[in-house]
Amino acid sequence: MERAGLPTAHICSIIPISKTVGANRIVPSVAIPHPLGDPAKTPEQEKAIRRRLVETALKALETDISEQQVFEVGPD
Amino acid sequence: MAKVHVVHYLNQFFGGLGGEEKADLGPQWFDGPKGPGQLLQTLAPDIEIVGTVTAGDNYMAENTDAAVDEVVGLIEKNAGAEIDLLLAGPAFNAGRYGMACGAVCQAVQERLEKPAITALYPENPAVDIYRKAVTIVRAGSDVMGMRDAVGGMVAVAKKLVEEQAIDPATDGTISRGLRQNTFAESTGAQRAIDMLMRKLRGDAFETEYAMPVFSRVPPAPPVKDLSSATVALVTSGGIVPRGNPDRIESASASKYGEYSLKGLERLTPESHQTVHGGYDPTYANQDPNRVLPLDVMRDLEREGRIGRLADTYFATVGNATSVERAEQFGREIAGKLINFGALAVILTST
Repeated sequence: MERAGLPTAHICSIIPISKTVGANRIVPSVAIPHPLGDPAKTPEQEKAIRRRLVETALKALETDISEQQVFEVGPD
Repeated sequence: MAKVHVVHYLNQFFGGLGGEEKADLGPQWFDGPKGPGQLLQTLAPDIEIVGTVTAGDNYMAENTDAAVDEVVGLIEKNAGAEIDLLLAGPAFNAGRYGMACGAVCQAVQERLEKPAITALYPENPAVDIYRKAVTIVRAGSDVMGMRDAVGGMVAVAKKLVEEQAIDPATDGTISRGLRQNTFAESTGAQRAIDMLMRKLRGDAFETEYAMPVFSRVPPAPPVKDLSSATVALVTSGGIVPRGNPDRIESASASKYGEYSLKGLERLTPESHQTVHGGYDPTYANQDPNRVLPLDVMRDLEREGRIGRLADTYFATVGNATSVERAEQFGREIAGKLINFGALAVILTST
C-alpha cells in the first residue's frame, strides 16, 4: 500500500517481523491476541489505550520519513 | 563417535502442552525428548536428547529478551556444561515460533558457546533476521515437512559437533553469507568472462556473489492534514462479519474480504468475530475493536481529527500466508482504496 503511495501505519506486536516485511510506519501494540486493547483493564481504560495507539498511528501518517521508523506510543 | 548430547527447544504446541490457549506459558524443562525430539532420536540413535525446553509462542514473542534469558537459565541449570548442541524446532513457516527458535539459538551460541541449529521455511520472517548468526536447515512450510527437516537437522548436527564446515549447497541449509576459501581451476578474470559469455548466450549461470534481497519500500509521502482526509482500516487479524461470509481460511489465506462499516459505531461480539487461526481468539471475539479499532475511529471522525473513515474495511488472515500472496492482496487493496478516495491507511496485525 505504501508502494502505491498510501501512507500506512502498521499497528502490530512483533516489530522485527514488521521491519522485515518492509513496513515503513510502525506502531508497537499491546499484545498479539489483543493488539489494541487489554482485557485486564476496565473498558474505559482499554478504550483510552486504544485511542492513544490510533492517535500515534495518525501522527505517523502525518510524518515525513525517509526510512522505516518505529513510532512509540507516548506516556499517558 | 560418542553420543551427542542435545537440548531441544519446542513451542507449547510441539511440546504437547496445548494450542493457542497455552501460548502464554513460560519456559519449562522436561527431561528427555518430546514430540519431534522423539522422531529425531529414532532417526539418529547416536544423538541423545537430555532434555526439552518448551515455551509458549506469545510468551516468547511479547518479551523476547527476558524470555530467552529464562530459557538459557533453564538449560544451564538442568544440563549445565553437559550439552554438545542445541536444536530448536523445526518451526516451518510459523512466525512467532521461528523468531523464538532463532533467538534461543543465538543466545545459546553466545552465552553457552555451544552450536545451535534450527529448521525454518525459507520465507519465515525469522530467516532474514537470524540467517547470519544461526545455522538454519531448510524446512517445508508446514508439519508435512517434519521428517525431512528433522533428518536435515540430524545430518547438520553431526557435522557441527565434529567441527566440519557446512556447505549450504549440499547440506540443505540457508546460506549464512560466510565466505570459505576454495581453490578454483581458473582465475577470477577467466571465470567472469566465462560467466559473461554464458549470460550473453542466454545459458544458465550461477553468480559467485549473490546480492542480498531486502523487502524495502520507499516511504509514501505523509498526509499533512488528516482532518480533511479519508482514512481506511485494513487488518491481517482476521476480523470478519460474524459467520465469515467469504469463508476466509484461518491459515494460509487465499483471499481477503471487503466489508461495510456504514452505520456501525463499534464492532460487537454479535456483529463481528475473528477467523485467524494463529492466536487465541478469546479477546478479539469478546471485543473485536481490540483488533479493528472502529469505536476510536468513529470518535476521532466525530471530533474532526480525521475527515472521514472509509466506508469499507479490508480483512484477511495473516497466518502462514505466503509473501507472494500477501503482496498480491496489498496491491489489490491499495487499488481499491485509491478508488474509494482514501488517502491513508491504518493496518492492524496480531
